[in-house]
Amino acid sequence: MNFHLILFLAFGAVCVGGAINLLVQRHPINSALSLIAVMAALAGEYLLLGAEFVAAVQVIVYAGAIMVLFVFVIMLLNAGEEEHTGGSRIAMLLGVPGMLTGSVLTAWVVLRHSGTQSVPIGALPGSPRDIAQLLFHDFLLPFEVTSVLILIAIMGAVVLASKPEASAGEGER
Amino acid sequence: MTPSYVPLSYYLVLSGFLFACGVAGFIIKRNIISIFMSIELMLNGVNLSFVAFAAHWHTLAGQIFVFFVMVVAASEATVGLAIIIAVYRTRETLNVDQVNLLKL
Amino acid sequence: MSVGVFIFVSVIKSLIVLIVLLTAVAYTVWLERKVVGHMQNRWGPTRVGPFGLLQPMADGIKLLFKEDLTPPHVYKPLFIAAPLMAVTFALTSIAVIPFGNSITIFGLNVPLQITDVNIGLLMILGVTSLGVYGVALAGWSSNSKYSLLGGLRASAQMVSYEIGLGLSLVGVIIQSGSLSLRTIVDAQGGHMLGFIPRWNIFHGQFIGFFIYLTAAYAETNRIPFDLPEAETELVAGYHTEYSAMKFASYFMAEYANMITVACVATLLFLGGWHGPLFGPALLQAILPLFWFGAKVFGFLFLYIWVRGTLPRFRYDQLMAFGWKFLLPVAIANLVATAIAVAW
Repeated sequence: MNFHLILFLAFGAVCVGGAINLLVQRHPINSALSLIAVMAALAGEYLLLGAEFVAAVQVIVYAGAIMVLFVFVIMLLNAGEEEHTGGSRIAMLLGVPGMLTGSVLTAWVVLRHSGTQSVPIGALPGSPRDIAQLLFHDFLLPFEVTSVLILIAIMGAVVLASKPEASAGEGER
Repeated sequence: MTPSYVPLSYYLVLSGFLFACGVAGFIIKRNIISIFMSIELMLNGVNLSFVAFAAHWHTLAGQIFVFFVMVVAASEATVGLAIIIAVYRTRETLNVDQVNLLKL
Repeated sequence: MSVGVFIFVSVIKSLIVLIVLLTAVAYTVWLERKVVGHMQNRWGPTRVGPFGLLQPMADGIKLLFKEDLTPPHVYKPLFIAAPLMAVTFALTSIAVIPFGNSITIFGLNVPLQITDVNIGLLMILGVTSLGVYGVALAGWSSNSKYSLLGGLRASAQMVSYEIGLGLSLVGVIIQSGSLSLRTIVDAQGGHMLGFIPRWNIFHGQFIGFFIYLTAAYAETNRIPFDLPEAETELVAGYHTEYSAMKFASYFMAEYANMITVACVATLLFLGGWHGPLFGPALLQAILPLFWFGAKVFGFLFLYIWVRGTLPRFRYDQLMAFGWKFLLPVAIANLVATAIAVAW
């Protein structure tokens, strides 16, 4: 029972609890907040593995920007609690046991055949300098392509979410 | 201080569990936004397994790939939420079961 | 030092910093009321204690004993959690701010910082990003039109100006070559041309400082960017439905954010704790703290001065300024700094 294991279990418990809470909650805002908790705990797990820059970016980008987008949309569209329809009951009956079986099977296989591979705490220190060296030398093309991808996403979002033109009102006459 | 060790498989089991919860949420949820959040949960599970393997094989490329996953997740969230807003404007509902016709 | 001693010292440091920060928050309110009062040719608080110095205590007691009213149709869990979130995030970022060099107490070498993280500046940015939730969730959970609109406006404003804030910091990072706040301050020691101190504001980040200033005013929802919470707009914005201690939490969070922003500006642009050192050894150990405090005080005075002087922006003007002016200027500053450093 070493320090690494204690911290891993603490952050892991928050991750697991948040993920299950996301499934159980009926109102999307509660699911969104549980997802934020999962992301924050995952940032802690990344820190345990030494990826400090990735942990900071996870908090800034994922928990601090993408989830803000989700919360905005939930607030603007006034999403209410969801009801249980016939289809969703069947899905729950088949889906939850199926998911449980799948994950238990995978976990059993992984734990059985893992050998003695272990990672120490802070295994691979990912300082911004080292990551920048790799990102701007070996991975420069994917980096530039992702910038184009973001530009396309911005344009697409603006076009898709803009109000329809006044010609829609003319059709009513 | 001597470093303390945790088996790599523990991280992989956690990552797999998060992915499985994402899949389960995708299947059982009826609200479009909740389905979308389950997709984000799946992506987060995969990120954890990337970083765990990067730590195991001592290569920083695993951590770099997490950035690309995050960028793709951000763009996908942006466009997806814009689509959700557009769908809500025309169908007046966020329930996936009621958005089952191509034309209103 | 061993783990136990380290934890004990960290707990003591956290307690001291927390007490100092909360006192500073209370007296920043007093400072603001006095300074704005004098600018408007009136006295400000004078009755409670000499020069009104006990006014914050009176305000605190009043807010503690006020009736904590929860309107009937709010979304209770978030209504109660949102002010707690705002205060928590506002008080967290003080953990990576260094106040001075190491001092030696009881034979232990104690750095004047709660923790020195390699990525300290990123942590501050992260906490700023998370602070949006305190505002957005308060606006939504209050179940009122004014609160929802005010909350959405405030969070959209905060998210937009975060980008300008981050980019202005990147200029400093490029120049200092590190994300750790202590390293950035250490790079600003010494003088250029013999007498001009080597602070970043004189050493190439002049425009960066003003970008940071403007973005910080918008992040902390202060005049001229305080449309989301001004009393003549939307009643009181996202904290319309809050009373007593929850309202006090938002108040505290706003001033704590102001102080954190002032500390970061001091560390990054004004040279941190560097200043002329003179006198006996004990004085020399205390003087850096004094210079740090003086610079933070100057920045806070600038905040309050601008509050007393400028009118506020309309919301569309505000957003247009953030995206169409501040962001291109910040990018230009970044490119110019990068070219200058590469040469």
